[in-house]
Amino acid sequence: MAHRYKDFRPRLVSDPMRYGLLALAAVVALAAPMAIFPLFLVKVLCFMLFAAALNLVLGFAGLLSLGHAAFFGGAAYAFAQSAKVWGWPFELSLLFGVVVGGGLGFVFGLIAIRRQGIYFTMITLALAQMIYFLAVQAPFTGGEDGIQNVPRGTLLGVLDLRDTHTLYYVVLAIVVICLLLIRRTVHSPFGHILGAIRENEARVTSLGLNVSRYKLLAFTLSAALSGLAGALKASAFQLATLTDVSWHISGEVVLMVLIGGIGTLWGPLVGAIFVVMIGHFLATSGLPVSLVIGVVFMACVMLFRRGFYGETVEYLRERVLRDVSLRATAGREGQK
Amino acid sequence: MTELFGVPLAVLSGQVMIGLINGSFYALLSLGLAIIFGLLNVINFAHGAFYMVGAFVSWGLLTYAGVGYWPSLVLTPLIVGAFGAVFERTMLRRLYGLDHLFSLLLTFGLALALEGVFRWIYGAGGKSYPVPPSLQGVYNLGFMMLPVYRAWVIVASLAICLVAWVLIEKTPLGARLRAATENPKLVTAFGINVPLMLTLTYAAGVGLAGLAGAMAAPIYQVSPNMGSSLIVIVFAVVVIGGMGSIMGSIVTGLMLGVLEGLTKVFFPTASAITVFIVMILVLLLRPAGLFGKDK
Amino acid sequence: MAEIRLQVSALEGWYGESHVLHGVTFDVKRGEVVTLLGRNGAGKTSTLRALAGVMRKRRGSALLDGHDLLSTPPHRVAHLGLGFVPEERGIFSSLTVRENLMLPPVVRQGGWSVDAIHELFPNLKGRDTTTGTRLSGGEQQMLAIARILRTGCDIILLDEPTEGLAPVIVEQIGKALVRLKEKGFTVLLVEQNLNFARGVADRHYVVEQGRVVDEFANDSLSASMDQLNRYLGI
Repeated sequence: MAHRYKDFRPRLVSDPMRYGLLALAAVVALAAPMAIFPLFLVKVLCFMLFAAALNLVLGFAGLLSLGHAAFFGGAAYAFAQSAKVWGWPFELSLLFGVVVGGGLGFVFGLIAIRRQGIYFTMITLALAQMIYFLAVQAPFTGGEDGIQNVPRGTLLGVLDLRDTHTLYYVVLAIVVICLLLIRRTVHSPFGHILGAIRENEARVTSLGLNVSRYKLLAFTLSAALSGLAGALKASAFQLATLTDVSWHISGEVVLMVLIGGIGTLWGPLVGAIFVVMIGHFLATSGLPVSLVIGVVFMACVMLFRRGFYGETVEYLRERVLRDVSLRATAGREGQK
Repeated sequence: MTELFGVPLAVLSGQVMIGLINGSFYALLSLGLAIIFGLLNVINFAHGAFYMVGAFVSWGLLTYAGVGYWPSLVLTPLIVGAFGAVFERTMLRRLYGLDHLFSLLLTFGLALALEGVFRWIYGAGGKSYPVPPSLQGVYNLGFMMLPVYRAWVIVASLAICLVAWVLIEKTPLGARLRAATENPKLVTAFGINVPLMLTLTYAAGVGLAGLAGAMAAPIYQVSPNMGSSLIVIVFAVVVIGGMGSIMGSIVTGLMLGVLEGLTKVFFPTASAITVFIVMILVLLLRPAGLFGKDK
Repeated sequence: MAEIRLQVSALEGWYGESHVLHGVTFDVKRGEVVTLLGRNGAGKTSTLRALAGVMRKRRGSALLDGHDLLSTPPHRVAHLGLGFVPEERGIFSSLTVRENLMLPPVVRQGGWSVDAIHELFPNLKGRDTTTGTRLSGGEQQMLAIARILRTGCDIILLDEPTEGLAPVIVEQIGKALVRLKEKGFTVLLVEQNLNFARGVADRHYVVEQGRVVDEFANDSLSASMDQLNRYLGI
């Protein structure tokens, strides 16, 4: 999955344009609840975080997991159980969700990392299915009904999260912080080693690095963040169900990353918006979601494997490269 | 003697038989997966969907065209195989040079789409397929009652697996297949049309899944999600057995089916996750799988 | 003068991005044994692979009896009568000796019978059910040649048949090659072992850095030894 545009990174857009775009994104994010139903936006945010978390292993370490629903859904159950049955406060329940997601991820990782490539993928899928079967049978999950009417509570006893606008801004803040954390991770030495593992695992091993430990750490971090996304979603919709742990969710989040752009920071966010919107519009159309998702999946694999964001970046890069070479031939060098 | 380990023998043997039936389907599907993976290097995620399509084709042949069980055992794999061949030719083929990930995702998308189509048309509920008249009835084995159809499924699956094994391991055609698995470029240079072989192999693999679906129709409910719930278990079977050996996939499939049946007798709640537990144990103790030749 | 069977001109070839053949030009006439000599990495094996269609990214021209090899689908090349004996023999480990022998499809009439093959290579007799790669290196080389003879092809691309073999086996392979030549086979041989090449070949081409840089007739080889040794770095 070597995406060559990562090897050479010219400035694709000028700095003013870059900050302009970021500012625009910030304004849109802050103003969105005035135009759009906040709960829908919260859902988008949760899946953005989920997709970005998956991308941490899929895009930056080259590990395709089809078991991430276990972390997302497992954490949703953990949040619901602790907030509703045990009466824990919002923050603690959220933390519990992260711990459950990360813990499951650590265990999954320990087992799945023993094999590589497609076996890794099949193992994550099988383990997640095991969690699904456990969720079907375990008494506390409420079977087909799930855990309903989960209280949202307050943030630090001050902000009332029953107000969906407040909820939105709280989730927005949490998700932005996590995205910055992911960005920081990707650009850290740890992130560079992950990239090297993706490109050539044997070579990294030959440098004397313990590849398994790096993979496990990345996988656990990804699972913990997925857990946070699941817990946030459970709090927003006051619900944890079997759907959240089903393999369809694992597939959908892979699609988000794929369609946005594997191995890019912004791609999964774009993909999450797109896929959540598809689901939203299909809900009223009568067309089955899995059919459309499946067809989009196939189209994406066949036609634009770099995803929306990746293809755009590639287009810009080619344009910049062309400019650079034009300038070079014009003999005006020494400009940066 | 009517009890074993405190369990009535009839119950025990009944569960072993159910296990053998499930195991037969695991074996048929993991066999097809292994053949496809061996030659194409593709994990066919849509394998369960093709099994489901096979069941629906067989049901549709009976319902809409009045084509009975026996002819549909021949027609169904041909129809499903032809669909597979078209899919391989038009889409899958273009991904061979790329990361494995993309062919997996493509077949994953196909699985979702197929499941979606059938759910759209037929709803999520199950259709039932009558047991063919020639296979109705029950054998009285003394310690248990064995429905004729179930006995037939076990025997037929074993026979199909055996034929597939002989075909691959003992015939000139199989020799070509094994050689192409090892070194496709050299086999091409010898004048064998490897691209055609890939198409036919994929068609044969999914045709086998379709045949399994047709055989399953009278036992299980014919429903859109019958494939996806099965395929995940079959993946675990494949991880346990390793995909290097044809006989390995057959034996592992049957073994796990029986083990699952036995678990149902002794720990009923754990039976759904038996295969996964075994998978974890195997991965911890023997990561390459029981018959694994890691590729 | 015999007719030209294989006419290669300005053949270029790539492994992925790396350009390994930079314009190879030579010809092989009917019934000739021609060798490509050169140092390791000069492009000898790559030339054979390009002709056999194993290397796919090629440019230039290569005609076999007037048929353009570069535009022939790779699985049709053998059907033009071209047999390929690859580097390191290419015996399949999942096939028995018999299966290895019977694997390549018959492309022309006049292929050798199994009996005739056993007469040429008595070592292969009675080994039918042995796994192909269990044979000794020399026997594997014999098997690799034998399976090509069965197909009825009449031009053979032979890649380093003596590599890593004991002198007595090399001698046996050499005798077999002479037999093939007598039977009218055309052979393009890649060889490091100059002594072996001298014993069987009519002409020699020297390959260097992906190009043919020189040609010697076998008769005039003694006179040109200095020159040749310089090429081969002996």
